[in-house]
Amino acid sequence: MAEPMLEAREIVKSFGRVHALRGANFTVFPGEVVALVGDNGAGKSTLVKTLAGVHPPDAGEILFEGRPVHIASPVAARRLGIETVYQDLALAAELDPAANLYLGREIMRGGVLGRLGFLDKAEMRRRGDQQFKELGVAIQDTSASVATMSGGQRQGVAVSRAVTWASKVVFMDEPTAALGVVQTRNVLDLIRRVRDRGLAVVLISHNMPEVLEVADRIEVLRLGERVARFERGDVTMEQIVGAMTGAIKHEEEAA
Amino acid sequence: MSSTTEQEPEHGDVLVAQVEEQLRAPAWTRLLTGSSTFIGLILVGLIVVFSILSYTNFVSASNARNVATDAAVLLVVAVGMTFVIVTAGIDLSVGSVLVFAGVVAARAMHAVGGNSWGTIIVGLLVALGCGLGWGVINGFLISKAKVPALIVTLGTFGMALGFALLITGGVDERSVPFKLVDTIGTGRVGNQVPYLVIIAFAVAAVFAVLLHATRFGRYTFAIGSNEEAARRAGIRVDRHLIKVYALMGMLSGLAGFLSLARFSTTTIGGHSTDNLQAIAAVVIGGTSLFGGVGTLLGTIFGVFIPAVLQNGFVIVGVQPFWQQVAVGAVLILAVYLDQLRRRSEYQR
Ligand SMILES: Nc1ncnc2c1ncn2[C@@H]1O[C@H](COP(=O)(O)OP(=O)(O)OP(=O)(O)O)[C@@H](O)[C@H]1O
Ligand SMILES: [Mg+2]
Repeated sequence: MAEPMLEAREIVKSFGRVHALRGANFTVFPGEVVALVGDNGAGKSTLVKTLAGVHPPDAGEILFEGRPVHIASPVAARRLGIETVYQDLALAAELDPAANLYLGREIMRGGVLGRLGFLDKAEMRRRGDQQFKELGVAIQDTSASVATMSGGQRQGVAVSRAVTWASKVVFMDEPTAALGVVQTRNVLDLIRRVRDRGLAVVLISHNMPEVLEVADRIEVLRLGERVARFERGDVTMEQIVGAMTGAIKHEEEAA
Repeated sequence: MSSTTEQEPEHGDVLVAQVEEQLRAPAWTRLLTGSSTFIGLILVGLIVVFSILSYTNFVSASNARNVATDAAVLLVVAVGMTFVIVTAGIDLSVGSVLVFAGVVAARAMHAVGGNSWGTIIVGLLVALGCGLGWGVINGFLISKAKVPALIVTLGTFGMALGFALLITGGVDERSVPFKLVDTIGTGRVGNQVPYLVIIAFAVAAVFAVLLHATRFGRYTFAIGSNEEAARRAGIRVDRHLIKVYALMGMLSGLAGFLSLARFSTTTIGGHSTDNLQAIAAVVIGGTSLFGGVGTLLGTIFGVFIPAVLQNGFVIVGVQPFWQQVAVGAVLILAVYLDQLRRRSEYQR
């Protein structure tokens, strides 16, 4: 197989006395969708945040395209082309969707005004609208704050932001949790499109049919460690659940 | 999935949206909570009422001048406070920083001596520098040491005033250059508009642009709205907060200098409630104490509502003590409306 896009080795992360990750491994290849599954509190979100630079690991190694890297901040992750849809969405609710899409990457006015720090709000609004339309996020009033939008719309904004800017890896931490049937379909289609662009997509979800439908591979996390890896096709729901609950453990034999 | 089944959930969504629309707060509350228009209307309403009650005394150039001059120094402080509160912060130290900056600036001008613009500019720079210094201390302790803004600025409120008293021995400094008092302090452009008022509005205009049109302003809103989201979006939150409190301090320093020019003395004892007045003005102007929401135009209205009430009550012969009662009520109303807005937005 090709070289992994991103590989985490023996990641340890503790919050005080809580050992969220106890030597977790994780691998994702370019052009594939990996589902990261596990019970509540297994450490999925913590692993994602570690790889997204939100909280650097206590120990362990991260390889990006084969090179060891330190992802010390969200900006560092972003420079590598890694984008994340956080479980808590991480939107500025009082700002409008376009402002959130461009947060930290604002489009500035041309010339002297731009250098003085003036925003090109009209351009951000215009491109934002276009982007949301393309990605199938239905927003009636694009000048209203995100706080006034439905949970699904907010999730749409967060997903749009991640896939707009990612060039290598997209982490999606339960991106369909608040979505209706149509919107869930939209996101799953979007995940496939992003994968077909050659990016690595990491999907966290508790919805097993969804996982089985869209994932090329599945990695199972339990109590802060990877306990199993499955290829698409040769896995059943029972096997996944077994690994999640500790009934089956076969990380060793997985390639 | 066939196209018909794909359509259905969308219809469902539209229906849900319509129901939600009806369940939401009635239209008038949205209008009232939407922007600074409502608070602007209150100000206009007050002016109309006082004009009707006492046309000859209230509606005159000299009275307008009085109101605006009284409000000018507070406006400068409230402009900075708008930035601070938009980040979901607070600064209680402003009045003491104002006094401290005024005292040190007066001392500096006295030391330089003379009555020239050079002396005055030295005084201005010293005042701005003092304010900046306190602001940086506040910002650093709040963002880096993670001490709550309320506590940090309560601490520096006491410290800055204490130092001002130590420097002066508690006696007001009166050696302010005449030229400063005659021009900036009491002078008028075209014999009509006081310099103080022009300066205060110019400051408000510049900072309105900074808040609403630039990246600096956008980050200020973003941090107040969701600090963690701002951080994850790559905004250097700590650094930005230090800048915001530094700006606030600098504006307090400027206010101290303007106050010095106006009264030709340091008025050490006269600024213990500046902080509360500035906070009240900002909040009346529609800026949310929870951060992320606010306008500088609203703050201007919020400064002038108490000022017009005070002036109007005196003119129509109501005991001016009623002003405090009225301002208190307006303040509570403003925060209630903000809560209505938040409830209508977050309930879903
Ligand atoms: N910031 C934090 N501070 C303290 N403890 C934390 C923090 N973040 C996570 N934890 C702890 O780490 C463990 C793993 O949490 P994590 O959020 O990674 O689980 P998860 O697999 O994403 O679960 P879920 O499916 O419920 O989202 C939990 O015990 C949690 O309480
Ligand atoms: Mg999680």
